[in-house]
Amino acid sequence: MLRYALKRLTSLLISLAIASLVIFAVIEVAPGDPASFMLGVNAQEDTLAALRAELGLDQSKVQRYLAWVSGMVQGDFGTSYQYRTPVSDMIAQRLWVSLPLALYALALSTLIAFPAGIYAASRRGKAGDVGVMGATQIGIAIPNFWFAMMLVLVFAINLRWFSAGGFAGWDKGVFAALKSLTLPAIALALPQAAILARVMRSSLLDIMGEDFMRTARAKGLTRAQALRRHGLRNALIPVLTILGLQFSFLLAGGIIIEQVFYLPGLGRLIFQSISARDLIVVESVTMLLVFAVIVVNFAVDLAYAAVDPRLRGRT
Amino acid sequence: MTLLRIDALNVQIGGTPILRDVSLSVSAGEVVAVTGESGSGKSMTALSVMQLLPDGAQATGSVTLDGHDLLQLDEPTLCTLRGNTVGMVFQEPMTALNPVMTIGAQVAETLRLHRPDLNADAQARAVLDRVELHDIPMARFPHELSGGQRQRVVIAIAIACGPKLLIADEPTTALDVTTQAQILALLKRLAAEDGMGLLMITHDLAVVAQMADRITVMRHGEVVEDGTTAPLLTNPAHDYTRALLAASTHRVVLPEASSDAPLLRVDSVVRDYALPRTRLFAPPRHHRAVDGVSFDIPRGGRIGLVGESGCGKSTLTRAILGLEPVQAGSITLDGTPVTDPGVRRKMQVVFQDPYGSFNPRHRVSRLITEPFHLLPEPPPDRADRIATALTDVGLSPGDADKYPHQFSGGQRQRLAIARALIIRPELVIFDEAVSALDVSVRAQILDLIAGLCKQYNLTYLFISHDLSVVRTITDRVLVMQAGKIVEDRPTETVFTAPTHPYTRTLIDAAPTLPQLEMTP
Repeated sequence: MLRYALKRLTSLLISLAIASLVIFAVIEVAPGDPASFMLGVNAQEDTLAALRAELGLDQSKVQRYLAWVSGMVQGDFGTSYQYRTPVSDMIAQRLWVSLPLALYALALSTLIAFPAGIYAASRRGKAGDVGVMGATQIGIAIPNFWFAMMLVLVFAINLRWFSAGGFAGWDKGVFAALKSLTLPAIALALPQAAILARVMRSSLLDIMGEDFMRTARAKGLTRAQALRRHGLRNALIPVLTILGLQFSFLLAGGIIIEQVFYLPGLGRLIFQSISARDLIVVESVTMLLVFAVIVVNFAVDLAYAAVDPRLRGRT
Repeated sequence: MTLLRIDALNVQIGGTPILRDVSLSVSAGEVVAVTGESGSGKSMTALSVMQLLPDGAQATGSVTLDGHDLLQLDEPTLCTLRGNTVGMVFQEPMTALNPVMTIGAQVAETLRLHRPDLNADAQARAVLDRVELHDIPMARFPHELSGGQRQRVVIAIAIACGPKLLIADEPTTALDVTTQAQILALLKRLAAEDGMGLLMITHDLAVVAQMADRITVMRHGEVVEDGTTAPLLTNPAHDYTRALLAASTHRVVLPEASSDAPLLRVDSVVRDYALPRTRLFAPPRHHRAVDGVSFDIPRGGRIGLVGESGCGKSTLTRAILGLEPVQAGSITLDGTPVTDPGVRRKMQVVFQDPYGSFNPRHRVSRLITEPFHLLPEPPPDRADRIATALTDVGLSPGDADKYPHQFSGGQRQRLAIARALIIRPELVIFDEAVSALDVSVRAQILDLIAGLCKQYNLTYLFISHDLSVVRTITDRVLVMQAGKIVEDRPTETVFTAPTHPYTRTLIDAAPTLPQLEMTP
């Protein structure tokens, strides 16, 4: 198990190194000079040169890459060209919105999807199954920004239970903060839950056809006992894959929902920075998201091994 | 005392009758075998006793086990009987165990369910010892065990609570012949020790002959004959039983082999597989799958290759086909190395699975002409070649426009042979080509191969785990063990006077049928 974890960790570090090189290279070739963008089109040539020197843009590419990477390792992401504030500070603020939102949405989607998938699988072909599968079909088909607006219309404008947008901030208390994340989390969770429920159902149905489920029934377990004790854990393996992918998506992919609910999240930060040619912020946020995706995959790999003993001995 | 009595059992699935008026009985301590070909309903009979029939199946009649009429009981009561009064062993030990649960936990689960008074873990250990798994820790997972060991775990689960009836559905079909002999001996010993009734489902009449006190022969969901083993096998009353027995011991007549110059020459071939490194700087380790193997196949030779799983026969076959690099030695066909692309068209293979080896979306004419790609240019008389190939294997030229799903398993194996022969290869490799077929179909395919030998003077390598088949269809046999050829002699000599102890073990382990009495 330890060997397996170490191997996964090595591959994680290599992936990170490659990703940082690719991100740096792509940002380098992107057109646009941050210095002239900051000073406007009428800037003097010597002012521009001075600003470039201040931003470190006059150094060689290798030097700048190394400075960027070593800074990141120490938690220093540089200074935003646009706002002249430390990037790490900007990211930290946004992360305190995006990360809880992603986790909230993931928890909701799991809580909806697991029971729905298990219920549908156990009533295969019956009305309950057809109903749940129809609902997931709708869940996938509805665009989430439209669903978000419907939520605002019903729960914020008509019922006045929630505010229509904005983030209360954690200093107002956990409850207030979570409350302001609830509608966005539901909007994000719905399509994810629909996908997850379908995966859960088909995975369980596959497992139910396995020989060892028949062995379990021949032992004298009831259908439900066999499903709980032998089916679930085996069915979890494909579900974990989807969960990992969904978390990575939720972390950054909530940009439309952030826009609808006017949330100061990572997605909006990266969008604003791209439009402002604030390359250092774009670089850093992209790297952070890549880091998150790779770490989540690492966690999923470890979870696989925890669920499936056949992977533990393997490399 | 009758333990299990099935009386006039009818089972339908969606209106289609699966079992018709099936009756049989098993007494305590008695071994009853249900035999028949695929689709005969023998497995369904077993599942009706467990009341684990597929969804939508409707059973009428009566199945009385130990005084309970199983068809009248509700599901909770059935759950208390399954695993407790009746245990079941399945065909495929590779998939019958939960892969993410230790074997100890899987055995203990049955005990916890039915015998809460016992210490489940201690009792599970005792049961594993009883099935001769003394050296295997309870914390092992199924994938860490061999096929035979897994089947022992499945048996341990089935007998853990001391059931009165044990049902074994093809318990040894997926196992090697020596493992099969051990598992059969174990089942027999357990049944005798506990006075259990044993209901065995198997297609293999030789296994039946060795195990059963009484036999029930089934066909198309009906019982055609039942009786005590010895008289039934030596003097069957029903024509179908007679045909089944004849097919099981079917002998073909091979034409005289025309010993010629060697066609295929395998010379001190070694195939190593790299094993994963255990330490970073340790020298890489190897598994030697084929270890210095040499033999010749003369033109017109019919050579058999036997050995147990893992002995290296598949690796050797792939090396002969030029699909595996070899680390030492050489394999040549007519003096040219088999890795040369030009040699490929001189060799063709027929595989085991007649269902998986055809693209279901192609028509027969396209499927069997696939090897034409190997020729420098397609033959001008394509249609004639297709017609001839189909006629040769006993199909009609009109079949060329059909799809594979329109054929039975035996007919598909005929198509596979047609595909192999259409470019007149110099060497044909039959890789377990008749292993998946019912005995009557197998007999027909063996006849077909013998006939083609006469017609085309075929040269082939026939790989099989079934010794009785190899005995009739080859004139020389190679016995392979742990990567080495341990015996290479004329077939009849190998079977009547084996020299290597391993060959003797194999032959002794293979169950045989008694001689059929001549009908007056």
